[in-house]
Amino acid sequence: MESPILKATNFNAFFGKNHILKNINLEVHKNNVWAIMGPSGCGKTTFIRCVNRMHELVPNASVEGSLQLKGEEIYDMNPVVLRRKVGMVFQRPNPFPTMSIYDNVIAGYILNGIKLSKMERDDIVETSLKQAALWMEVRSTLHKKGTFLSGGQQQRLCIARALAMNPEILLLDEATSALDPISTSMIEELIQQLKAEYTILMVTHNMQQAARVSDKTAFFYLGELIEAANTKTIFTNPKHEKTQEYITGHFG
Amino acid sequence: MITAISYKSKQINFKEKAFKKTLALSAIIVVVILLAIFFTLLINSLPSLKAIGLKFFYQTTWDPVSDQFGALPFLVGTLLTSFLALVISTPFSIAVAIFLGEYYKKGPVAEIFKNIVDLLAGIPSVIYGFWGLFVLVPLVRELEMKLHVAPYGVGIFTSSVILAIMILPFSVSLSRQVISMVPSHLKEAAYSLGATRHEVITKIIIPYTKSGLFAGLLLALGRALGETMAVTMLIGNTHDLPTGIFSPGNTMASVIANEFTEATGRIYTSALIEMGLFLFVVATIINVIGKQIIKRFTLE
Repeated sequence: MESPILKATNFNAFFGKNHILKNINLEVHKNNVWAIMGPSGCGKTTFIRCVNRMHELVPNASVEGSLQLKGEEIYDMNPVVLRRKVGMVFQRPNPFPTMSIYDNVIAGYILNGIKLSKMERDDIVETSLKQAALWMEVRSTLHKKGTFLSGGQQQRLCIARALAMNPEILLLDEATSALDPISTSMIEELIQQLKAEYTILMVTHNMQQAARVSDKTAFFYLGELIEAANTKTIFTNPKHEKTQEYITGHFG
Repeated sequence: MITAISYKSKQINFKEKAFKKTLALSAIIVVVILLAIFFTLLINSLPSLKAIGLKFFYQTTWDPVSDQFGALPFLVGTLLTSFLALVISTPFSIAVAIFLGEYYKKGPVAEIFKNIVDLLAGIPSVIYGFWGLFVLVPLVRELEMKLHVAPYGVGIFTSSVILAIMILPFSVSLSRQVISMVPSHLKEAAYSLGATRHEVITKIIIPYTKSGLFAGLLLALGRALGETMAVTMLIGNTHDLPTGIFSPGNTMASVIANEFTEATGRIYTSALIEMGLFLFVVATIINVIGKQIIKRFTLE
């Protein structure tokens, strides 16, 4: 089998003295969609924020153990270089209000001061917007501000912005929880298409969404990874009692 | 059982109304005072407006003895000192605002710095003037000798440096607030794309806050235009058109302060009042524009 894109070995995360993630072991392989599930406060968002080291923007945050991206130790890398390889989409759509749609897509390059020729820029913008299923809707208004778009369109713009950096892995932090059902289903469809080229880790509160979209599911509870397996197995034949209780709606 | 309390509803109503009226009255008095100042200035400057007309704004001779009142040198002096002060103070105020609004938003360091910056605003103007005379003037004189210009020490440049320090707290306090208001989700988006802190500041925070930063500078400019005491002590008080930034000059505010007590004759007094009116109007316009920009910024 191919070596994993992301590999956590006895990984722990802390906020000050609070032990948020406890001994996480997980392997994420290429072109898989992982759903990270669990009740509020279980550490699922912390986990994906450790992958691009956004976790450490909070003072007093620290980690222990090993977390590797393509065999390279994430916490030995320069966080700025790492984040260019890891795309992230947030809970609320957050396009840059001072930039046009076009500039938002290549924001990663603008921010990092990477010079591109006009042709390269045009190419990246078109490819990324097509991948994010937004091209047809915005191609005539590329130079307008991104904040005029609807919430769902804004979120797809944020996906395009992350894809433009050609990331090794894409992190979605409850990316549909602020959207209406139609926009949500569009983004779910999009995730299915993106699977062909990208590896995706998505945090979700929505169990139906996890069941619909993901190949694999990891269930977190109180900072521990209780169970990680094929999504089908988790939903039909969970091994652990807690998982069973959660997916049948006994708590969470 | 609780016995029923009889409320005197009339009494309650009266208190309520009286209280509201008192508040309204206080507010109205403030407005009336402002209008009264404006009309006093306007009415008292009528003789000069009629006698001098537009020459007031373009003539360069200010000679009360021969009844010549051209305020251009003072107009130029005011604009030159204020804008030069703004140019000197802007880089510092933006830097301090970023430091306090982004790097040290909370904690003991932030509190100490914030209080010190605010203290700058509380120092009486005359003390700035003193400090300028004893410290700044000798320094500027040395600089002037090195640059081979007439070593007056006092003049436009010296006043601008003092003004720059005096207006700093005003632009810092507003800029700091708008910078700390930048939504964290935007900063996170930028960090997640691999931006460094410096890139987040220059490419996200400053573009996002630029109208607010501009308003802060505008309000600071409003302060600089009207500042009187320290400038009067340091500008040299000549009536000639300034020839460069190191030449002595005069501002409208310092001319009024210097000459009002000795102004004899109707037109002389009236011309000084006209200058006051002009200063009042300009400062008001700048303040109104600044406040409008802030309002729009905070609504966004």
